[in-house]
Parts: sequence; structure tokens; C-alpha cells
Amino acid sequence: MATPTPVAPASVYREEVGLGIWEHRGKVAVAGMGHSPTNRRWDGKPETSMGAYAILAIRNAMEDAGVSPDQVDGLIVVRAGTTGDAWAPRPIPEDFAQTYAHTDNIEDGLTTLSVEWLLQNMPELTNVSCVMHTRSDCMSNAVVLTAQIVGDGLAKCCLVVKGWANPEGRYGHGGANALAVAPGASQWTMPFGMVSGIPGTAFGFEQYCRRYNTSHDRVAPFVVNQRRNGLLFPEGFYAQHEPYQLTVDDYLQTRWISKPMSLHDCDRPIQTAGAYLFTTAERARDMKQRPVYILGHSSQRWTNRSSIQTLDEIEASTDLMARKTYEASGLTAKDIDVFNPYDGYALFTQYYLEAFQWHGVRRGEAHDFYGDDIRVEGPHPFSSSGGNNGNGRTRFWMHTDCIQQLRGQAGARQIRLKAETAISGGPTPGGADWTVWSSSPD
Amino acid sequence: MPKPVPVPDELSKPFWDAVNEQRLVVQHCAACDRRQYPPERVCTECRSGDRLEWIPTSGRARIIGYTVMHDSRVRLLQADQPFNIAVVALEEDPAIRFFSHLPGTPADEVPVGATVEAIFPELSPTQRIHEWQVVR
Repeated sequence: MATPTPVAPASVYREEVGLGIWEHRGKVAVAGMGHSPTNRRWDGKPETSMGAYAILAIRNAMEDAGVSPDQVDGLIVVRAGTTGDAWAPRPIPEDFAQTYAHTDNIEDGLTTLSVEWLLQNMPELTNVSCVMHTRSDCMSNAVVLTAQIVGDGLAKCCLVVKGWANPEGRYGHGGANALAVAPGASQWTMPFGMVSGIPGTAFGFEQYCRRYNTSHDRVAPFVVNQRRNGLLFPEGFYAQHEPYQLTVDDYLQTRWISKPMSLHDCDRPIQTAGAYLFTTAERARDMKQRPVYILGHSSQRWTNRSSIQTLDEIEASTDLMARKTYEASGLTAKDIDVFNPYDGYALFTQYYLEAFQWHGVRRGEAHDFYGDDIRVEGPHPFSSSGGNNGNGRTRFWMHTDCIQQLRGQAGARQIRLKAETAISGGPTPGGADWTVWSSSPD
Repeated sequence: MPKPVPVPDELSKPFWDAVNEQRLVVQHCAACDRRQYPPERVCTECRSGDRLEWIPTSGRARIIGYTVMHDSRVRLLQADQPFNIAVVALEEDPAIRFFSHLPGTPADEVPVGATVEAIFPELSPTQRIHEWQVVR
């Protein structure tokens, strides 16, 4: 029996304060990136499955870097491919079953990915010796892991991939949530409806609004601008399928999900995949694209004191994220040109903006900042990716945008200010991974 | 308001037994003199596992915030939408926080800062639950 792919050890993540500048600062670079098309739902065809899209994204990343498959020696995979329901108990579509080799996990290629599934279906990857699954389910976690793997010399040319599946159905409304009993950890939450990240996020935001005398409607300029940036992002869902601008009125008039969180505060699930190719700084210089270097990375895992993370805890946790991220890179807020924090709930983003103090924004000032000129053409080109809110849920647009901005390849989204350094990361105020990017290794 | 009925396990049984007697208890770590809720196998501060005990609470708390749920994933709760989900902090130790639908308080009329007291409505013939009601 083959040895199962290891999960990344906790030791690779830089979670402690005081670790200092990253030991591989400027010695690791991203040399390639690739994306598949996006779809709102899977249509059941093998060629639009999450697995097919992951393979396509990987091949696009190799092509972008000018790397042949036999040069790749590392493969990092985010296993989870959906925040929703598994494909089972639906039968595996016959076409899909005939098109791809399978693993023991029938979800592989449909709603999950694995190193095993990808290697079976990508025979051209003949020299992969370093393989790993991430510890958590986001590309932000995978990016910091891959940077560390390459920095540590475990791989010299390493792919990292994350896919997203969105089959038909309203996820989260069946399974355990449809039961009349609340076992296990849910006994403390489900009887009260404190299920999923939504009510807890709304609670934190309600505290924020009272503490800083602000309101939900003041998030509108940010969400509208996210869609605007998304429409300038050809790889994203809205640019490909629904190319119209969300308005302030749309935002203000949409329905509540968990007041004060509304529908437009939530990113939209889609079917897609994205991949990056990391290598050493030295090798990257001979590859096709201008290298984008990693100056540092950090990770944060916050343990709540009691049932829920309060605003005090959110601010303490995000302050730590910023401190560790700046510490790892040796940079400060004023050094950062491009800032792409997570926005999968748009009501998270002010916490990151204020913690990292990008463009001098301090606690309680984010909503004033949103009302300023945050367009990519303007003096404060905040979240130039458009994020998950502006492009569909992937949790990787933030990283792609940083790379494109620093390469000078962001097209209509290219910020008019200089773009030499960037920070991206997420997802939640309690658990997140951050990367500092630079067009220079120094 | 119908709710999914908690299923006690080995760790939580003393808590739910107390709730059925209309008493609210929380874990207390004798090693570091610290309450914790929800219960854990070890103290989340000092990691001690053998100094945890159950202690009574005052049954009084203060509302520190809330949300109004309009689109719950929990099927049994959907008929009562919109409903409050308040967070209340225990009077003698505000670090300990509970959830509540605030029975008797209309949706979106939550008096943040108000004092609440624990009540124990029956959820099933064998299980009560800890809820909170605004002290008028």
C-alpha cells in the first residue's frame, strides 16, 4: 500500500511572535500562475469538473513560468474543494468515471483534490518527489507552506493548487443542520442557530459598529468597488459571466442573512481552480516571467476564550497577524504598495485594514477610508483584486492580484501608484496566513 | 421556539443534568482559578485535566451584542425567522459567554447592556436548555 501524502507539519507555519525576519527572505519566488475558467455550478461534464480545472490551472501555471512538467519536483495540494456538501450520495457521473483515474476517495476530482488523484491524472509530472497536503483549506495556507518548502530546500520547483466545486443544491441546509438533535460540538451552538461563520461574523460586526459609531451602509463603497475591480479581472466570475456593476442601492436594498450581514457581504460560491509555481529566486531569474519574491510569511491561530470571538479578540488577533507579518518581512505599513486582505465576508475586511494600518488607517477608521477614493486609479487602491466578493469565492484572487500587480500585468486593474511590494492573506480574524511579496529580493 | 435538542456526552452530562435541575454551572479550573465554557477535557489555560470541577453561576449576565438571523441553516429554527441570537456575558466573569434567543424580546429590539437572567425552558420530555431573559 502506498504511503499516504503527509499533511504539512505545524512547524512550517510561522505562528509565534518574535521569530524575526524570515530566514528565506528574498530567496523564494513565484514564477508561474494559472487559472481555469469559472462557472457558477458544475454542469456534470468531466472537462468542467473541479479535477479537470485543477489540472488545467496547473498546466497554465507551468506554461506561464515556461517550465516543463518534468522539471517540477514538488506538489502541494489543498484537499477541500467546497465549503458545502459532498458529492455523495449522488452517483459518480459516468463520463467523469471513464475520463479520470480514481483514488479510494470517490470525492476526489469532484469536491476534493489529493496529490494521489492529480499524479494519477497528470502522468507528465514524472519527477515529483516532495508532496504535501495543507493543514487548512485555503490557498493562503498553501502559499505560505509552499514558500517554506522551497525555502527549506525540500523542493526547487513546486506547484501548489486549490480547486473549488459548486454542485447544485443549497449547501449547509441538509445533513446535521436538518436534524432535531445537536450532538458533539454542535450541542453548544446549533440549538441557538449559531451555525456557520455568518452569525458570529455579524455579531462581531455589530459590536464594531457600536464601538466606532458606524453602520452597515458605510461598507457599501467597499463592496461596490470590489465588484468594480472584479469586472476588471478577466479570470474572475463576474467578468466572465455577469459583467455588470453592483450599485450602492443594490447593496443597501438586498436582504439580510443575519443582520447586520446581508447577501452582498457574502462571496458567491463558484466552480474553478488556481495554481502557482514556486521556485528558488536563483532559478526564477532564468524563467519566462519576471520573478515575484517572497519576503516573509506568517500564520495566526487564535483560541477563543469562550463561546465566540468578540471584537476585543478579533482586534487582538488581527493585531498579532499584522505584527508577525511585518516582522517576518522587515517591512512596515508605509512600505506596502498593494494590500489584498481577505473579504469572503466583506464584514471582516475592516479588521485587517486597521490592523495592518495600510495607508495609515487605524482602529475605527476603515469605513471613513472606504468613503475615500479606493479605486485602482486613485490614491488608495485598496484590495485591487476585487477579492472573493468581486470575483467569486476562491480565496486566491488576492494572491494572484499581488503577483500580477508586481509583474506589471494587472491590465486595467494595474494600480497607478508604484507596485513593488504587496501583502495578501486570510481568511478569518481567528485563523489566517499572510504573505509579503516583492518585485525585488532585497 | 423549537430547537434542536442537545445530546449530552460524557464530558457535558454534568452540565445538562444541572440544566435539567434548572441550575447553570460552568467548569472551573482549581489550578489556575479560571472558569471555562463550553466545557473542555482540559483547562485551556494551564492544560490541567485533573483540577477541573463544576461550579454554580449567579445565573445573571449582561447582553454584549447580537445578530438577527433571517436565513438560518438550522431547519428547526427556520419557522421562527427572524429571531435574535444574543451573546451574554456572565455577571461574575464576563469572559464567559452564552448564546440566547432572548425569549420575550422581539427580534431586533435587543437592549444591549441589559441584565438578563437564566431560564430553563423544556426542549423535550427529558431535556431543558439554558436560555436568558431580560430582567425588566
